[in-house]
Amino acid sequence: MTPFEVVAFNVLLVCSLLCLGRIGKGPTAPDRTVAIDILGTLVVGFCCILALWTGQDYYMNIAIAWALISFVGTLALAKYLEGRPYDA
Amino acid sequence: MLETVFYWCVGVGLAFDLFGCIGLVRLPDIYNRAQAATKCVTLGTCLILVGTAGLGFTRLGTPMGIKALICAAFVLLTSPVGAHAICRGAYISGVPLWEGSVEDAFADRAETIRKQQEPQREGPVQSEKA
Repeated sequence: MTPFEVVAFNVLLVCSLLCLGRIGKGPTAPDRTVAIDILGTLVVGFCCILALWTGQDYYMNIAIAWALISFVGTLALAKYLEGRPYDA
Repeated sequence: MLETVFYWCVGVGLAFDLFGCIGLVRLPDIYNRAQAATKCVTLGTCLILVGTAGLGFTRLGTPMGIKALICAAFVLLTSPVGAHAICRGAYISGVPLWEGSVEDAFADRAETIRKQQEPQREGPVQSEKA
């Protein structure tokens, strides 16, 4: 543990709190969806910082899987916003 | 020396992430927010991943570096696609632009798309409040 990782972790925490504020406040549904998408990308950054912090490489597996799941979820939410059925 | 460069990569990426999230909170409508947040956070996270990859190759072990590079390519490909899909869905479901906007190039095409999919629409997804 070095000061660099602690500062990086806290910066990412502030970013996540801003995203959570937008999810809670955002006047329309697409606002919340964009904020959820950004939060998913920030979690990948969290995984990187944790990998640097601990020196374990399995955190990068979590990052790859999280990016994939977040992308699929975002596309599903976008289709729902557009008002189309999921299989068309 | 090389490690310092990679730590700078991670630091600059964190700064981009922070500015993107400030844009997500401060800008006036969904389209501005989406473009500010998506561009900044995509670049920021990719820089963090590249820095992690470099530190992995130099100090922490090659598997971490390779996984971080794969993840960087994946984020770079998928994040803009997701944001574009959300903005398209938002426009077609009728979220209005900010009143200060000067150009609306998508209006005609959005009308065509709405007419095409009118029969198969599954319930309204309207904005709660403009």
